[in-house]
Amino acid sequence: MKKQIVILGGGTGGTMTANRLRRHFDADEAEIHVVDRDDRHVYQPGLLFVPFGLAQVDEIVRPRHRQLRSGIDFHESEVESVWIERDEVLLEDGTVLPYDLLVIATGARLQPEETEGLTGPGWNERAFTFYTPDGADLLQRALESFDGGRVVVNLIDMPIKCPVAPLEFAFLADAYFHERKIRNRVELIFATSLDGAFTKPVASKHLAGLLTEKDIELVTEFNAGEVDGVGGKLSSYDGRDLDFDLLVTVPLHGGAAYVERSPGLGDALGFVPTDKSTLQTLAQPNVFALGDATDLPTSKAGSVTHFEGDVLTENIVRFLEGRELDSSYDGHANCFIETGFHKALLIDFNYETEPLPGRFPSAVGPLPLLRESRLNHLGKLMFQWVYWHMLLPGREIPGIGPAMPQAGKKHLTTTTT
Amino acid sequence: MTALLIAETSVDVDAEGFLTNPDQWNEQIAEEIARESGVPALTDRHWLVIRYMRDRYLATGTAPSIRSLGKESGVPIKELYALFPKGPAKLAAKIGGIPKPRGCI
Ligand SMILES: Cc1cc2nc3c(=O)[nH]c(=O)nc-3n(C[C@H](O)[C@H](O)[C@H](O)COP(=O)(O)OP(=O)(O)OC[C@H]3O[C@@H](n4cnc5c(N)ncnc54)[C@H](O)[C@@H]3O)c2cc1C
Repeated sequence: MKKQIVILGGGTGGTMTANRLRRHFDADEAEIHVVDRDDRHVYQPGLLFVPFGLAQVDEIVRPRHRQLRSGIDFHESEVESVWIERDEVLLEDGTVLPYDLLVIATGARLQPEETEGLTGPGWNERAFTFYTPDGADLLQRALESFDGGRVVVNLIDMPIKCPVAPLEFAFLADAYFHERKIRNRVELIFATSLDGAFTKPVASKHLAGLLTEKDIELVTEFNAGEVDGVGGKLSSYDGRDLDFDLLVTVPLHGGAAYVERSPGLGDALGFVPTDKSTLQTLAQPNVFALGDATDLPTSKAGSVTHFEGDVLTENIVRFLEGRELDSSYDGHANCFIETGFHKALLIDFNYETEPLPGRFPSAVGPLPLLRESRLNHLGKLMFQWVYWHMLLPGREIPGIGPAMPQAGKKHLTTTTT
Repeated sequence: MTALLIAETSVDVDAEGFLTNPDQWNEQIAEEIARESGVPALTDRHWLVIRYMRDRYLATGTAPSIRSLGKESGVPIKELYALFPKGPAKLAAKIGGIPKPRGCI
């Protein structure tokens, strides 16, 4: 009998998975449905460059349905809820989609309204985020007319998509103000809820060093609870205040709202509890998840979504054939970190191994790990092409496999937490 | 990891003083760690949070973050900071005798 595969979310993970499954299954073996609320696929890593005029929003957005192979049914609608007991999805437009297998790929949702005052007066005037196309655009205009003062770059709390992006923003802002020859009139502050520049010790030390080098003040364990967007004040729950002329924040993230509306599917923040090596959800055996929507203890990043995709597709095939699941996903993540002045750093890690110095993908490189280089910056820029032409269509990317390569990493410590 | 005597009981702790074996914990230990960490007396509200953290850790192997703690325990984040100054999730974990929350990546 023909299998019904329903994929919620037509972003990075959903599109890639749909294309891979469509190639694997003949039309008479499976119907594949993809649901997304709109038809605008944003290349999200590009948002980092928009505020500095290094990219335009229309250059990083393409029609969603065009990224899907023929033979995939695209439904443009909000997901209303999932009935995991009945194997059905209800869409806002009233459509009911029954499924044999469901993939949750609805990513993470920004929740600026969860922070007191953030979306009140001053929002998008003095307090901004570059995590949405509109926000990035408005911030670009504000930066253009900014000619000095205190800029606070802030990460309210984890988890967020691409945890290095706020740091990259701070580095690029430093370079941007230098280029405009007003760096000496700008005070740059990086305020984070973490206890260091990043989550993992070796990389955190490296990145803190870079902040110092660039004269960016690091404020740690700053759990922002309130924003005064008119007076220009960011306050933490433990009673500290940071004054700003311009705030660039990354709002709190949660899972998609329908996850919270669907009994038994998500956790308190709307993320979907998922087996960390098979990507099967804990909700039901025929429900799988990937990307930012899961609760897995690894970064919410496109690279993670991509590596998960390999194991996920394999497991969907095995599940539908009644075979045992592959449990080889190791938490592999790989992130370029833009550091300004045409340079970038690269980090590569998984559940067990923290980001270490060395070379990627092997001992002879070519890319240096945890060290600034022009080649890494070119790698980051190249990635947009790779994203549209290889990652989304679900083609193999030469030299980059799902499992984290050990060769090339310099282990400095014996601990891995 | 080192062994430490707290409330006349020998417990294993990490470099920052978090118990590494939750089974070695008891309420006297909690009260002593609390005092040393600047929480002179544990009220019912403190205990509610401490027990919630412990139960979650023992059931799932990870302690909740401050945000899920705020949503799930019914104690708002502002109050959590009043009860456990500085870092509520960390401090409640320490007092509750469970390993330091790993945070997100
Ligand atoms: C500023 C920024 C910079 C980044 N930089 C990098 C980087 O350099 N490297 C990297 O690897 N990653 C980066 N990322 C992260 C990366 O973009 C994401 O991790 C990745 O896109 C996750 O894929 P996904 O499929 O899980 O979610 P998404 O690609 O976000 O897709 C989720 C989809 O679900 C849809 N959806 C959600 N809810 C509903 C609903 N209720 N009904 C219908 N549709 C719904 C959404 O419209 C969306 O299309 C960055 C992200 C941001 C924001």
